[in-house]
Amino acid sequence: MSRTLVVAGHGMVAHRLVEALRTDDVDGTWRVVVFGEESRPAYDRVALTSYVDTWDPGELGLPGAEYADDDRVDLVLGDPVVAIDREAKQVTTRSGRVQSYDALALATGSRPFVPPVEGKDLPGVFVYRTIEDLDDIRTAVDRARLRRGRPAAAVVGGGLLGLEAAKALRDMGLSPHVVEMAPRLMPLQVDDGGGALLHRLITDLDVTVHTGTSTSAIAQDGDRLQARLGNGTELDVDLLVFSAGVRPRDDLGREAGLELGERGGVLTDETCRTSDPDIFAVGECASVAGRVYGLVAPGYSMAEVAAATLLGRDASFPGADTSTKLKLMGVDVASFGDAHAATDGSLEVVFNDAVNGSYKKLVVSDDATTLLGGVLVGDAGEYNLLRPLVGSELPGEPAALIGPASGGDDAVGVEALPDDAQICSCNAVTKGAINQAIHDEGCDSVGAIKNCTRAGTSCGSCVPMLGKLLSACGVEQSTALCEHFTQSRAELFEIVRATRITTFSELIANHGTGAGCAVCKPAVASILATLGNGHVLGGEQATLQDTNDRFLANMQRNGTYSVVPRVPAGEITPERLIVLGEVAKEFGLYTKITGGQRVDLFGATVEQLPQIWRRLVDAGFESGHAYGKALRTVKSCVGTTWCRYGQQDSVGLAVELELRYRGLRSPHKLKAGVSGCQRECAEARSKDFGVIATEHGWNLYVGGNGGAVPRHADLLVSGAGTEELVRIIDRFVMFYVRTADRLQRTAAWLDELEGGLDHLRSVVVDDSLGICDELEAAMAEHVANYEDEWKGVLEDPDKLARFTSFVNAPGTPDPTIAFETEREQPVPVMLGVPEVANR
Amino acid sequence: MTVLPDEQVGGSETWTPVCRVEQVPRAGGVAALLDGDVQVAVFRTGDGELHGLSNVDPFSGAAVLSRGIVGDVGGVPAVASPIYKQNFDLRTGRCLDDDGVRIEAYPVRVTGDLVHVGVR
Repeated sequence: MSRTLVVAGHGMVAHRLVEALRTDDVDGTWRVVVFGEESRPAYDRVALTSYVDTWDPGELGLPGAEYADDDRVDLVLGDPVVAIDREAKQVTTRSGRVQSYDALALATGSRPFVPPVEGKDLPGVFVYRTIEDLDDIRTAVDRARLRRGRPAAAVVGGGLLGLEAAKALRDMGLSPHVVEMAPRLMPLQVDDGGGALLHRLITDLDVTVHTGTSTSAIAQDGDRLQARLGNGTELDVDLLVFSAGVRPRDDLGREAGLELGERGGVLTDETCRTSDPDIFAVGECASVAGRVYGLVAPGYSMAEVAAATLLGRDASFPGADTSTKLKLMGVDVASFGDAHAATDGSLEVVFNDAVNGSYKKLVVSDDATTLLGGVLVGDAGEYNLLRPLVGSELPGEPAALIGPASGGDDAVGVEALPDDAQICSCNAVTKGAINQAIHDEGCDSVGAIKNCTRAGTSCGSCVPMLGKLLSACGVEQSTALCEHFTQSRAELFEIVRATRITTFSELIANHGTGAGCAVCKPAVASILATLGNGHVLGGEQATLQDTNDRFLANMQRNGTYSVVPRVPAGEITPERLIVLGEVAKEFGLYTKITGGQRVDLFGATVEQLPQIWRRLVDAGFESGHAYGKALRTVKSCVGTTWCRYGQQDSVGLAVELELRYRGLRSPHKLKAGVSGCQRECAEARSKDFGVIATEHGWNLYVGGNGGAVPRHADLLVSGAGTEELVRIIDRFVMFYVRTADRLQRTAAWLDELEGGLDHLRSVVVDDSLGICDELEAAMAEHVANYEDEWKGVLEDPDKLARFTSFVNAPGTPDPTIAFETEREQPVPVMLGVPEVANR
Repeated sequence: MTVLPDEQVGGSETWTPVCRVEQVPRAGGVAALLDGDVQVAVFRTGDGELHGLSNVDPFSGAAVLSRGIVGDVGGVPAVASPIYKQNFDLRTGRCLDDDGVRIEAYPVRVTGDLVHVGVR
């Protein structure tokens, strides 16, 4: 008979507990009933600040948190547990429901800490913990904006959570004040030196920082609030947010008579069991062996320990690494190990570069041989290598690791790391586990390691380390394009660009070997086309092209082609739609509506192609480049033109973008979308670049993909005007075209890009490489020189002559092509079985 | 023009003129339709050598090999099928990606500037 686990609370840790238990409980010994307080299932609270980017709660959703397919889990939302009867082994919920349990897990999390300040309950005073809190803050900001333009706000708390709240307010267009009682920002993570630099960097971002002072009182002042600080400063603000840390929610346990930790939290042993053996506590409400953890990673590990214990296995909480690396408003902050040099006799090595905005400190043992911890502010590039080194012998002079010549990740070789060093801290993957994957599982690429170990699949910051581990294991990661070129596609692009070579023969003669192949020829053809070398079938270029590009149509299984004229943004007049129907009828073509909002005409023979184009071009159509590694479509919803919910003219923008980037040859196909509001009907986030309208402007997402490996696009910029948006897309697309591998979509490119999204943003938004002018100029040249490729063939007798099936019988169609009728349309019928069947 | 050893064997071919040499693009191919609806793909390598293969891709059954990309695989002159990308040795018709597969190779010769294909 199955037993019942009741889980009180449904946050991230509660979800992990249920997930872990259900995954490992293969015999179904437990039934689970979860009571959550919030109205929605567990969501990614760590990413709460990003809610401001989209205001879409779905973006924070955790996969599987509704347990829709699991009939052994009951999820009850909006009805928290309010009492425990340990004797009867049952809980009572707010609505009065009584549920008995065999085991109970407390996962009630934390509450925001609000200091006992006069006026803390006034309207306009908020806390920062839930989606609802942010919705309330947004309403207050909008209301204040109506009253007086740009509202003013203050955040009480200058730690991690306080700065997160300040970032959220900043993302809403405010310039908040931050009040921190300690003498520096982020007092738990950084030391005075790091705090001083952080203070400066944050101040530069239009945030006013008040440290070393408390908030002594808040008073109503008409529509506004007046906050008085301990140092006498008075702040006139429209709203005030308390985000000064959290306190464990241990009330349920306290009232039930469970033992508590000295600093609060329900006390547990190392198996997460409380003083009542049938009751567990996990996450921020627990005090494991007397210590409360306010981070999600230790919470997850408690959840796994509790799940294992419930299933009768031996598991114990190993303690947790509270190292942190984060980017706050674009400022890197990292803290690891004994950051405050609390160890007896420990020594500090500091490198403080006020000019370049970088502060680095290492804490080492008294004999300077062992790394104990450190603080990095402004540039945390060394974090990935230093954190795993904590507790190990240093590979060299401490100063050499962080000094000006240390050169980031290369300062310490990966060889120096011990096997138990955690390379991926998100998924707790050690160097040993990765090496094992390389040696025993035969992983020979970063992608293979990701699949095998999950390392690098979350934040991605360790991806460069994975490559270095491969090299250290002697796995050569060849970037050679093919047997004819040792260079990668990106390197060839730069060679062609720098040398102004215009033909394949010259390129292979000077920089490659042999005659070329079906890999390098189309890749070089694409590079030549991107750099503007006339018509893609001009001169020697024709024989470089894959058959689709060579015939400017898509080859189908029987050797016929399909034709897709461009229909920008999917907007088409009735007259043109009729032309498509007429052409299809006249040439006996099968027609189908594509996923990219246009019409595909199938079954054209080689000699029919120019005749079909003639009819289409005369009616005002042009090539849709469905055959090319090039921009395909910019899908759109109808936006403000028709839709009751539209925020902006999505069709207008989509037409503009499609006409701007049409014909641009790229490493792989490019798809785009524009949605007129957050409902996202154009599915823009599944595209290489997608734009979503908000009331504040356009949000740009990049690196999305549908298909076999779907990827939701990442937010690159938000609230942009059209001009700024187009400028950023120009740069993004050109940067991708120049640096990606052959047949690498933007999704894979972004995943492999060193530094990931942050690096991309620094390059194409902040112009950190100083190449944005050049990227924009290259795009401007493409736009200025665009010409329809179909028209180019129709106007050139030499090119036209190639559109024939047989050189000795022009006009005679291929006799092996035959059609039959299916659902009233022609479909191919193959004459005879291929010689090599079923391969 | 090179006549390859394989193609000299027998010597009882019927030769059909199909086009002028310059109609076959360098590092490219064209298709010719011969008696009995036989389709031959004629290729010219970057070095100017001419070769003839069946135009029918054995993996798909489509008559498209003349539209493949011409190059080399480890120094062997080859065409890649435009359908599933297998490479075929231009001299022998041997599939370089699948040992058990071979397609018909046809001898090719040039008279004046006319390309002739030989069919037995």
